[in-house]
Amino acid sequence: MDPGNLALQYFLSGITKGSIYAVVAIGFNLIYSATGVLNFAQGEFVMLGGMVAVTLAQFVPLPVAVAGAILAVAVVGCLLELLFFRKLRHHSILHLIIITIGLSIVIQEAALHLWDEKVRSLPYFTGNEISSVRVFGAAISPQVLWVLGAVGVSVAGLHVFLRYTLKGRAMRACSSNPEAAMLAGINISNMRTLAFGLSAGLGALAGCVISPITMTHYEMGGGLAIKGFAAAILGGLGNPMAAVVGGLLVGVLEAASVRYLPAAYNDVSAFAMLLLVVFVRPHGLFGAPAGAQVREH
Amino acid sequence: MNLMRRIPPLLPFLLCAGVMVSLQQLMRATGTQYCLTQLTMSLYYAIVVMGLCLLMGHAGQVSLGHGAFFAIGGYTSAVLTTHNFSAWGHSSLGGWLQQGRVLIAKEDVFGNAILTVSPWAAFLAAMLLTTLVALLIGYPALRLRGHYLAMATLGFGLIVSKLLVGSTLTGAADGINGVPPWPLAGSLTVTGKTAARVQNYYIACALVLLLLLLLRNLLRSRIGRALQAIHDRETAANAMGINTAAYKLKVFLLSAWLAALAGVFFTHFTGGIGPSEAGAFKSVRYVALAAAGGMANLWGVTVVSTALNYASLRGWFGSLDNAVFGILLIVIITLAPQGPLKPLGAWLRRILGLRNLSEERLERS
Repeated sequence: MDPGNLALQYFLSGITKGSIYAVVAIGFNLIYSATGVLNFAQGEFVMLGGMVAVTLAQFVPLPVAVAGAILAVAVVGCLLELLFFRKLRHHSILHLIIITIGLSIVIQEAALHLWDEKVRSLPYFTGNEISSVRVFGAAISPQVLWVLGAVGVSVAGLHVFLRYTLKGRAMRACSSNPEAAMLAGINISNMRTLAFGLSAGLGALAGCVISPITMTHYEMGGGLAIKGFAAAILGGLGNPMAAVVGGLLVGVLEAASVRYLPAAYNDVSAFAMLLLVVFVRPHGLFGAPAGAQVREH
Repeated sequence: MNLMRRIPPLLPFLLCAGVMVSLQQLMRATGTQYCLTQLTMSLYYAIVVMGLCLLMGHAGQVSLGHGAFFAIGGYTSAVLTTHNFSAWGHSSLGGWLQQGRVLIAKEDVFGNAILTVSPWAAFLAAMLLTTLVALLIGYPALRLRGHYLAMATLGFGLIVSKLLVGSTLTGAADGINGVPPWPLAGSLTVTGKTAARVQNYYIACALVLLLLLLLRNLLRSRIGRALQAIHDRETAANAMGINTAAYKLKVFLLSAWLAALAGVFFTHFTGGIGPSEAGAFKSVRYVALAAAGGMANLWGVTVVSTALNYASLRGWFGSLDNAVFGILLIVIITLAPQGPLKPLGAWLRRILGLRNLSEERLERS
């Protein structure tokens, strides 16, 4: 294989992973915009999505299992908001963030005891482990196309939802000015529940489509949360679409460091680049400094 | 106000020392002195959390990378005191260093003569390296706010832990073993030997108490009030003429020192250190412990982090350890966001009819 194709191969694998980080980062952003909280349990939604779908797939056809998993995890997300964040709204933001860390540990342990420590995966949506599609000379699994397609469609759908529907516009109103939104008759609490449900459902979808490639494991959430957080920060917090760019960048950087550096250092260059970007642009690539400052107080 | 009875300033320290001594006596009476080892380790971990209490609770800056400073301290000590520098022995620099007792000659387990750095010199080197790294990462990072700072420190921690796993000098995934004891002064030695268990417990206790006293004094000084102002509203503090950038850097450096100090003591005490000490999970755990202890409450974070770490080091909850930690975290923050010691202290004070002037000052949302 010539070097150009090899580079393309790594690039595509970076894009695949990056699109999952992008979904996690979008989840971060949705909840951050609605509540000001960074939800570190975001990675657990991805894990739960994969786990539930694998279990359901033993009894029902794959598409139903995936849909069921998305629904179930979205319900879990809504429940978290109803049980914890609605009650604790008067706690400081930092306390709420620590609570999400606590929740992520608890969800992980619950998954360990509900399922077990085994690695599991969904079957390939089309084809199998060895089937491949050639794209510009690089061989990729059809599942990669599923990942990119699913992420692309859901990102586009989210964009349309946020920009053109009444509910979506109400949600954006809540994030830009909660008091004014309340005066306009928007039920802020329900919007927050919706934001949790949406980002949990999105996470679950990502967990399903990526499961055949990277497998599903009860511990996978922590790493995804860190990468997704990095992606959200890189893009600039509060902007779900910038998170997509952030996620793809983190994925490609990671793939490049696998290509050019010893395996032991695989994350070093990705995070070093991230630090550099954040130091040069303290509010992310597309973040607005003024908005971020107002939110903090 | 002046007429009200106040808690004598040294009373909490005497009380704490009393508890520490009675714990040891209790363990001696019940023949469970082996538990002192884990208690000593928890005390060292508590020092890291004390630093975070200063950084998060008082200056309002979040760091998800303090496990890395702990590891930098511990690893510098471990590498310097175990690495064989005999190649330097014949050079004039080596001879000079040997005369200054920086390099000391001894025998390894196989009876070969080796030349290693003395623990005190290694300690100084560890603190120096920590200072350098903390300034290097702190200077740009502290221009960031809130979540961006959290991300930057998290990334820094991850890089350090990957470098430790990837480098053969630091023993890759195995870490470093066989770190020699650290003779502090006279017969006081930081070591994990069974005979010195009680002595080491008291060394850790004394260190914690001393640091608590120093930090409390620091917080009640001009610096403490400036940090408070930064925590409450940075822009306003700036307008008041507080050099917020310099203060933030200083308190970051101080908390990094505390973490590295804990790392050095811990490494000499346990005789080794592994790369998991720098892991993201450890750093997140320190932050969580600080939050559970009440964030700005120095006593609270010390007690809570010692107790929780002790419980998990003793394996009280078995395989449910992480789950219990997560649940405790949620319960404590839900029910007592100021830390469990705060309501307890208020209740005690009401019973005793005492008033504490700092109470209003420490009150915060």
